[in-house]
Amino acid sequence: MNLIVNGKALSLEVEPDMPLLWALRDILDIKGPKFGCGAGLCGACTVIIGGEAVRSCQVAAADVTSEVRTIDGLANGDVLHPVQQAWIDEQVAQCGYCQAGQIMNAVALLEANPSPSDADIDEAMAGNLCRCGTYPRIRAAIHRAATQVTGA
Amino acid sequence: MSRIGKIARRTFLFGAAAVAGGVAFGYYSYRKPFANPLSEELASGEATFNPYVKIGSDGRITVIAPRAEMGQGSYTTLAALVCEELDLRLDQVSIEHGPSSPAYYNAAALSEGAPLPQFDEGMVAESLRAAMKVVAKFVALQFTGGSTSMADGFEKMRYAGAAARESLKEAAARKLGVASSTLKTFEGVVSDPASGRSLTYAELALDAAAIEPPSGIALRDRKEWKILGKPQPRKDMRAKVTGAPIFGVDVTLPDMLYGTVRINPSPGGRMKSFDAAAALAMPGVRKVIAIDSPYGQGIGVIADNTWRAFRAAETVTVEWEAGPNPKSSADIDAILARTLEGPDFFTLRTLGDPDLVFADAARDRVVEAQYDAPFLSHATMEPMNATARLKDGLLEVWAPNQGPTLIEVVGARITGLPAEKIKVHTTFLGGGFGRRIEPDFSDYAIRLAKEAEGRPVKVTWTREEDMTHGPYRPVAKGRYKAVLDDAGLPKALTGSIAAPSVVASAVGRYYPDVPMGGPDNSLIDGAYNQPYGIENYRIDGRKAPVGVPVGFWRSVGYSYNCFMHESFIDEIARAGKKDPLELRRALMKDFPVALAVVEKVAAMSGWSTPPAAGRARGLAFGLSFGTWVAQVVEISETDGAIRIEKVWCAADPGIVLDPQNFKAQMMSGIVFGLSAAIGQQITFAEGVVEQNNFHAYDALRINQCPVIEVELLENAHRMGGAGEPGTPPSMPALGNAIFALTGKRLRALPFSKEVDFA
Repeated sequence: MNLIVNGKALSLEVEPDMPLLWALRDILDIKGPKFGCGAGLCGACTVIIGGEAVRSCQVAAADVTSEVRTIDGLANGDVLHPVQQAWIDEQVAQCGYCQAGQIMNAVALLEANPSPSDADIDEAMAGNLCRCGTYPRIRAAIHRAATQVTGA
Repeated sequence: MSRIGKIARRTFLFGAAAVAGGVAFGYYSYRKPFANPLSEELASGEATFNPYVKIGSDGRITVIAPRAEMGQGSYTTLAALVCEELDLRLDQVSIEHGPSSPAYYNAAALSEGAPLPQFDEGMVAESLRAAMKVVAKFVALQFTGGSTSMADGFEKMRYAGAAARESLKEAAARKLGVASSTLKTFEGVVSDPASGRSLTYAELALDAAAIEPPSGIALRDRKEWKILGKPQPRKDMRAKVTGAPIFGVDVTLPDMLYGTVRINPSPGGRMKSFDAAAALAMPGVRKVIAIDSPYGQGIGVIADNTWRAFRAAETVTVEWEAGPNPKSSADIDAILARTLEGPDFFTLRTLGDPDLVFADAARDRVVEAQYDAPFLSHATMEPMNATARLKDGLLEVWAPNQGPTLIEVVGARITGLPAEKIKVHTTFLGGGFGRRIEPDFSDYAIRLAKEAEGRPVKVTWTREEDMTHGPYRPVAKGRYKAVLDDAGLPKALTGSIAAPSVVASAVGRYYPDVPMGGPDNSLIDGAYNQPYGIENYRIDGRKAPVGVPVGFWRSVGYSYNCFMHESFIDEIARAGKKDPLELRRALMKDFPVALAVVEKVAAMSGWSTPPAAGRARGLAFGLSFGTWVAQVVEISETDGAIRIEKVWCAADPGIVLDPQNFKAQMMSGIVFGLSAAIGQQITFAEGVVEQNNFHAYDALRINQCPVIEVELLENAHRMGGAGEPGTPPSMPALGNAIFALTGKRLRALPFSKEVDFA
C-alpha cells in the first residue's frame, strides 16, 4: 500500500481496513494526529485530505488516494504556519492534546474561507472537542491567523 | 509500603484525626533532607545544586518541575520561580519533569487539605496545617493534585534558585579573589562590578555545585520580581502547536510492542474464564493474558501495533462475573436515600444549636430542598495509557501520570523489585483532572511488560475502556434545611450529604492493606467550610456504601457540594425575597475577601442593571483550594433552548504568579464545570456503565462556549490554587440563572434532564 503524507511517498504493509490514524501513528511513526475516541467524535486525529478536514480514525488507510497533510508537515522548517503562530501568539494550548486536530481543522477552514465569521468558526470547529476549554482563545487565534493570511 | 502503610493507618490524607501521629515523628528526622535524585544521572560536565537545578558546562540549564504538566501551566510557572531567584530568563532554561523521588513530595496538598475551613487562621488551624506538612514529608508522596503546585513550590522553588545562585557567586568569588557579597548575577552571568570581570554559570557550575550554599538566604521581595507576577509565554507551547510526540501515547522505544486491556465492565467483578484462540490466530497478535489486579480483572493483549491489539481484544470471548456494585442507577439512588435516613454521620464544624432553632420554627419560615449529582467521568482527551519495560531486573514506566511515587508502589507490588530498581518517566499529560493520580493504567502496562521478554509494551486503552471504568466523581445526594428570620435571613441552616467516600475508595485502591475509616472531609468540602455568617449551622457527611470506584475529579467534593450549597443559598434568597447579591452581602460581612470577589463580579456583570429581555443571570460563590471565586452566568432562551451567553468570574488566590495563565485556568475550570452541568452523567444499567464514548458523554463544544471574562484580586492571606477553583461555582451559577429566567428550580444535575440547551 502507498500513501503520500506531507509530500513524501511512503509504502507500508497493513490490513486494508486499518484506520489511517493507526497507519500514520504506529506504522509510519507520524505522531501528530492523536487518538482520542476512535469514533469520529472528538477530532483529535484530524488530518487534511484533498483540502478537507478528515477524522483519520474513520478512514481506512487503503481508501486514501490523495495526499494526506498532518500537523507534522505544517511548518516550513523552523518557520511556523500562520495558524500555528497565531496559536502561540494567543497562547491557546493547555494540555495540548487536542490542538493538533484543532489546528488542522482551522487550516482547512481558512483555506476554504479566508475570513470566517464567528458563526463560520463555530460550524467548522464544533467537531473538535477540547476538555481544557481553550475555545475562546481558539476563536481568537483563528481570527488572528485570518488577518495574517489575507493581510487584512 | 510498610512504612507508608503504618503512617497511612494513623494519619492518612485528609481525615479529621490526621494530626494525631504527625508531630510524633520528631523534628530532627523531619529536617533531614532527602537525597538529590539528580545526582545519579548527571551527564558529563553537568552539575546539580539541589533536586531542582542542573547546570552544564556547555551552558545548558535545566529546571525540574516536579509536578506533572497536564494543561495547568505549572511547568512554566514552577520554572519561573527558580529563574526569578537564579537571575535567568525563562528562555535560558529547559524544563523537565524529573525522576520520581520522595524529594519531590507534596507538602501543600496535605496541609491545605487539612479538615479546616480555609478562612480559619486561628492557632489550632495553623498548627494542624504545620503538622500536616510534617506528615507529608514522612508519607513522601509525589503527586500533582489539590491545586497545590504553586502553594507547594512557591518557597521551595525560589529557595532552590537562590541557593544555586549563592553557590555560583561563592565559586566566582574564590576565582576572582573578591567577596561574594560584592558580586552581581544577571541572565546567567556572575560579574564583579569593581573590576568588570565576569564568569558564566556554565564556567562556574562544576566548582559551584561542590560549595554548600550559606544558610539564612532571604528570598527577594515581591517588588523586585522581574518574571513572577507577569504573564509568561508557556514553555510547552511550541511543542503543542507542532504536534510534537510529547504525550504518553507518543512514547516510542526500540523494539516496542503494543497492547491494550479489556477489564470486567462491571466494576470490581471477577473474570470467570476467557477464550483467546481466535484472537491469537489474528496477524501480529503475540499474547493474550489474564489480568488480576487490585484495579480490575480482565484480559491484556500484546500485539505488534495498537489497532491489532484493539481488534484482538474485541475478539476474545470472556465470561464475566457481576461486580459488587448495584445493578442500576435507581438502586444507587435508593442507597443514597437510605444513607441520608441512617444513623451514621460525621460533622467537622457546627455553629450554635440548629436543632433548637428548627424545633421552635414556624413552618412557613422553613425552606427545604434536596439535590442530586451524578457520577462523572474525567474524559481526558488522551485515553489512559502507559508504556513499561521489565528487563535485566530494572522496571521502567513511561506514563502520563499525576503520581509517580504511587507507580513505584504498584511496580514493586507486581515485580517484587525494590524502589531503586524502578524508574518512572513522566510524559506530558493529555489532560489529568485527577484521573491520572490512579495507578491502574501503569499497573496493567507493568503486568503486560512482565510477559514481553524484556521488550517494552505501550498499552493504550480504547475510549470505551476508559469511560466505562472510572474511577468516577461520586454520585451524591444532599438535603438542606433553613429557618428564616423576620428579615428573610437564615437563622439556622443544616445540610446532610450522602456520597461514597473518595478517600476511602482511593486509599483502598492504592494501598489495599490499609483500612480507611473515619471522616472524609472531601465528602463535605464546599458545604461545611464556606464563609457565610449563619449563627446556627451544621453540615453532616454520610459515607454511602455504593461499591463503585470513585476518585479525585477536578475540585473533588466541592464539585457537587458547591452546586447544592450555592443553589440553596439562592433558594433562601428567593424565599426571603432578597436579591442573591444582597443576601451574600449580609451573610459575608465578616469575610472581606469573599465580599470583595462578590462585589467585583457584581460590578463586572452589571448585576444591578437588569439584563436584556429574554436573558437572566445567576450568581454563585465558592471558596476552594484556597481561592475565593464568584461567578455570574448570563443565559438566554430561544425556541425553548437555553444558551449560555456569558460568564464573569472574579477570583482571589492571594498571590497571582502568572495572571494570563491563572485566568486561563479559571476559564478552563468554568468550561469544565458547565460541561458537567449541562449534560454529563455516568449511569448504570445491568451493573455496567451506559456511556462509553463522547456521543453519550459529551462536553461543551466551541459553538456552545460562552464569552468568559476573568478578573483577579489579591486580598487573601494565603496562596490558593488555580486548576480547580474555577469549576465549583459555575454549576450553581448556571442553575440559579435558569431559575431566574424560567422560574424552574433545577435541583438535579445534569440540567439536560429537565431543559434543552442550544
